[in-house]
Amino acid sequence: MINQILGKKVGMTQIFKEDGTRVPVTVIEAPPSVLVQKKTVETDGYNAVQLGFVKGKKDRFSRPIVGHFQKHGVDEPTKVLKEVRLESFEGLEDLKEVGVEIFAAGDKVDITGVTKGRGFAGVFKRYRIGGAPATRGTHENFRHIGSLGGGRSSATRVWPGRRLPGHMGCDNRTILGLEVVGVDKEAGCLMIKGAVPGANGGILRVRKTNRGNRS
Amino acid sequence: MKKLIADIEAKQLKDGIPEFRVGDTIKVFMKIVEGGKERIQPYEGIVIMRKGGGAAETFTVRKVSFGVGVERKFPLNSPRIEKIELIKSGKVRRAKLYYLRELKGKAAKIKEKTRRRTA
Repeated sequence: MINQILGKKVGMTQIFKEDGTRVPVTVIEAPPSVLVQKKTVETDGYNAVQLGFVKGKKDRFSRPIVGHFQKHGVDEPTKVLKEVRLESFEGLEDLKEVGVEIFAAGDKVDITGVTKGRGFAGVFKRYRIGGAPATRGTHENFRHIGSLGGGRSSATRVWPGRRLPGHMGCDNRTILGLEVVGVDKEAGCLMIKGAVPGANGGILRVRKTNRGNRS
Repeated sequence: MKKLIADIEAKQLKDGIPEFRVGDTIKVFMKIVEGGKERIQPYEGIVIMRKGGGAAETFTVRKVSFGVGVERKFPLNSPRIEKIELIKSGKVRRAKLYYLRELKGKAAKIKEKTRRRTA
């Protein structure tokens, strides 16, 4: 079976549990993803299925893209195409779409998304390095990294892998073992406890967790 | 897009919350579980702040209990709140009444507001 869907991060809010405790939730909008191409071991060397997400108007896509969708019996092309690896195609023969119904409240899921871009970030933000004291003679050095290493005779250079300022964010990140708090099949949305990677409106992959139930 | 969140929040909101403002004296009836049994505990005091919006709104009620100032924060839409009663409307000129913490006795009193009611 397909164990993952695509979704769009809408934003966060909170909900109340019966006993009055509040749960922070991220709302993920996930109208059914359409199944497009099926890749098989014979033709492609591995089993996978392409999921299409965010339907669009036909005339907004190039002809070859529309053709690709039509070849696989999908009338409306989608803006996002992602592949899902499969063991086998059992039970998928007639499946056209896959949506939030594969999840239920209480399930654990892994969520993959692209984190917010932070540009060229210093070591404070990028590696949470503590910095220098604010007073006692420190000057012009508050957010610096300190020593880069060094040695007496052999290591008078900076070793590869040294944590330095640089580009941060815009990375693929997967958060494991998040809890599904609610599933709304009608609205096609999921509520996930806690935060997920990326900005509102970002495309996410939600899959049944690979981890054993982490609590 | 944001409608999804608005819909979810709308489900969390409670009906029957009386309109009250900062400076008002209110009585909050809170459901508490004690020894496996549920009972209702009233808590009366002055509202010193309201904070946040939508489903996440909270308010803080201050009272002086046996000479000790007590402040308690409630989520406005908490299902544990049985009901809220408005005892008195107060006349205040601030949105957050932190200054009450410094005051004692008569100085910490808030003048009552006589609201002009429109018929």
